[in-house]
Amino acid sequence: MLSCRNILTMDDLSADDIVQILDTADSFKEVNERRIKKLPTLRGRTVVNLFLEPSTRTRTSFEIAAKRLSADAINFTASASSTTKGESLRDTAATLSAMACDLVVVRHCYAGAPQMLAGCMDACVVNGGDGMHQHPTQALLDLFTMREKLGRLEGLTVGIVGDIAHSRVAGSLIPALRAVGARPIVVAPPTLLPARPDLLGAEVATSLDDVIGELDVAYMLRVQFERAAHMPIPSNREYAMFYGMNAARLAAARPSMVVMHPGPMNRGVEISAEVADSPRTYVLDQVTSGVAVRMAIMYLLLGGADSGSAA
Amino acid sequence: MAYREKAEVMDAQSIDRALTRIAHEILESNKGADDLALAGILTRGAHVARRLADRIMTIEGTQVPVGSIDISFYRDDVATHLNPEVHRTDIPFAVDGMNVVLVDDVLYTGRTIRAALDALMDYGRPASVQLAVLVDRGHRELPIRADYVGKNVPTARRERVKVAMAEHDGRDAVTIYEQDGEV
Amino acid sequence: MALLLKNGHVIDPVAGVDAICDVLIRDGVIVEVGTDLTMPKGETVDCTQKVIVPGLIDAHTHLREPGREDEETVASGTRAAAHGGFTAVCAMPNTSPICDTASAVRFLEQRAAEQGVVRVHPIGAVTLGQGGETLAEIGDMTAAGAVAFSDDGHAVPTAAMMRNAMDYIKAFDRTLISHAEDTSLSGDGVVNEGAASTMMGLPGWPAAAEEIAVARDIRLAELTGCRLHLAHLSTAGSVALLRDAKRRGLAVTGEVTPHHLFLDETALLGYDTNLKMNPPLRTARDREALVEAVCDGTVDCIATDHAPHARHEKDLEFEVAPFGTVGLETALSLVITHLLRTELVTWADVVQLMAHAPRAAFGLAPVSLAAGYVGDITIIDPEAKVEVTEDWLVGMSHNSAFLGQRLLGKASDVLVGGYFALRNGKVVQ
Repeated sequence: MLSCRNILTMDDLSADDIVQILDTADSFKEVNERRIKKLPTLRGRTVVNLFLEPSTRTRTSFEIAAKRLSADAINFTASASSTTKGESLRDTAATLSAMACDLVVVRHCYAGAPQMLAGCMDACVVNGGDGMHQHPTQALLDLFTMREKLGRLEGLTVGIVGDIAHSRVAGSLIPALRAVGARPIVVAPPTLLPARPDLLGAEVATSLDDVIGELDVAYMLRVQFERAAHMPIPSNREYAMFYGMNAARLAAARPSMVVMHPGPMNRGVEISAEVADSPRTYVLDQVTSGVAVRMAIMYLLLGGADSGSAA
Repeated sequence: MAYREKAEVMDAQSIDRALTRIAHEILESNKGADDLALAGILTRGAHVARRLADRIMTIEGTQVPVGSIDISFYRDDVATHLNPEVHRTDIPFAVDGMNVVLVDDVLYTGRTIRAALDALMDYGRPASVQLAVLVDRGHRELPIRADYVGKNVPTARRERVKVAMAEHDGRDAVTIYEQDGEV
Repeated sequence: MALLLKNGHVIDPVAGVDAICDVLIRDGVIVEVGTDLTMPKGETVDCTQKVIVPGLIDAHTHLREPGREDEETVASGTRAAAHGGFTAVCAMPNTSPICDTASAVRFLEQRAAEQGVVRVHPIGAVTLGQGGETLAEIGDMTAAGAVAFSDDGHAVPTAAMMRNAMDYIKAFDRTLISHAEDTSLSGDGVVNEGAASTMMGLPGWPAAAEEIAVARDIRLAELTGCRLHLAHLSTAGSVALLRDAKRRGLAVTGEVTPHHLFLDETALLGYDTNLKMNPPLRTARDREALVEAVCDGTVDCIATDHAPHARHEKDLEFEVAPFGTVGLETALSLVITHLLRTELVTWADVVQLMAHAPRAAFGLAPVSLAAGYVGDITIIDPEAKVEVTEDWLVGMSHNSAFLGQRLLGKASDVLVGGYFALRNGKVVQ
């Protein structure tokens, strides 16, 4: 049982919760490898994917996770603009509540939307990514992959490289790494750092080459300039030159360093095509972990829920 | 609710003899070790299964494949009971066409065995499924019966039966506990 | 009609009075302030234990009429003002249509005359439609009764336009009220750029965007000689610039809102849209600097920036909810609770901040507790308990940043021209 009813930010999860999720995900990984990838565990429960921002990967991952647990998975996709100009988020929440959903996974382009939902729904709410704020299940599956590939989490030095200021992935990964005793370092040009990087809890570096020798994990963020009004870097070419993971940097790093990326990758920008396909890059393993971790989260949130014993 | 020891019904030696007998019975019923596999129900059932496999090796000279099943995800009470510890199910043999003997330490209501059967079926289609238990304490709630029993131990519902195994608890014993405060 | 206010603590630094005494009003005008006053006939109001001050005025109110009568009207807004102890409000022009012509000004004055519970002073727009491109008819609006000019809600976009506006407005002896914001820096910002934007994952509105605009507007005021009033200052840097401008003798005044004085960015980590303002709540250090600037006289007025919003519009995701909080009904109580009772300011300071300075900033006729002045008077019960709830608010909209707060001190009665607008805590129709 988790200490929380909703997973809106990494702050909702204690260090024990994180370990429990990772350990449980391990068992689900095994299920995803056998022929019958189905468990009766959440039979009869209803999981809604409320995706108000386009996403195929994350939505599919949650959908598969729910279905493999025998839950009924419903996809509710709409653009956020239709919900702010048409049916409001609050009304959508009321509609879903009236249909007696057990768990809602919400992805939204505006930060704070999961908090709004959690405040007006009885269902468990899982944040599937809200604006530039947080993406807790991504951080958890990243931790799972790191633990699986490197055998531990405590003491790992993880460099998170890219558009930190606008990254909800970084928003969750940094506190997640701190919670398990790892050492996060954010690496970005100052134009891609948030106003108060000191509050993030990570060390800050503006040169990737300066820190690459210390990294156990190079976590490359997709550089998302469609969000920014003014280009914060001169060109993709210059970004790749100074902040991209390429074969030369891979060679300069520790032989044990692994490369990760939340996807989808911009080959040639934050990661070269060669590194994207290299055996030291575990992007696909992250995807595999994703289903197992999301199954673990649903199981831990919905199982035992009727016993009334935990918080 | 506090419990106090009422009686030790099996000591290390009687457990040892029972397991040897069960191993012989399994081989007798299945006419040897061909197409035979053991699947222990986590946690202590897995240790019992391994010990049975060792004895079969000693008797028949054949290494029978041993798997372990975690039934957490197949319980009929997931809504009210969340297992604090979930372990990986490991079935290192192809289930199709095998005679699989489910192994557990204590048989009580039968619900654990029902869950284990469902789990096993998700791995393939066995030729047959049999059940071996160290202790049968009665009070079945489902139509489940054991093929091989170490000891029948009649109990009251309010009593508890605990099996200690050296691999897990440092010693071998089967003990009945009753609620404290009872005569 | 004669009215005798007996035994209240009468405070007015301009009239030089701070004593328990009586106030006699006849035909809407104060005739005498003194001890043991009597009158042949009329109504006596016992003001024992109450504080009597010149009528408070809000320099910055948004009445949503015309255009958004679902959020507030002249009637409901002035009722809220009376409930909050105000005898007058200055109404910002960002209505729909914008108040940028003399006829729009006259409409507001007529509405106020028909339905207003307290006085309404119209503020006209600086540019047509507040679009920042063409000057509005300043002269005509002045003749119709506009007391000041502002494009509040928007910044005047270029220095050239602001200079032009100041040059023109000064000829009509009016003040330009500036909403200081460099929008190229503030962009999509919805919270303070700093801890709030970092932790909440929301676009930030940096303090520098306000300070750059404040510096620009002060320099242009100096260049043109136009009176400048800086609206809703929110940062330490802004009040430092104001302090410097005053030191150099420039005709610049400034206001701060109660929400910027008593809240900082940590209050909105829960995504409560009632705390979403423009300019946003800032850091604790900024807040402290604002309080200090109020106490040392750098900031002239406390003004509410009363911004009513429909519930269904505030009940949206944080980034798309409109900016603003209502403030008319809570301002005085907040000032009493957090500044007066903590001995950071005195009653005389409160009178200066909320009655004299706003009128002086816009060149309005002064209101004072002395013979000959109009009977606009606020009577305060300093011990009244206030719990800010939606039921307690009388305005049409209830988007208050202070919901749930318990405060001490409240206006019990308000006289406008000698007539009760608020009596024993209840608004009079």
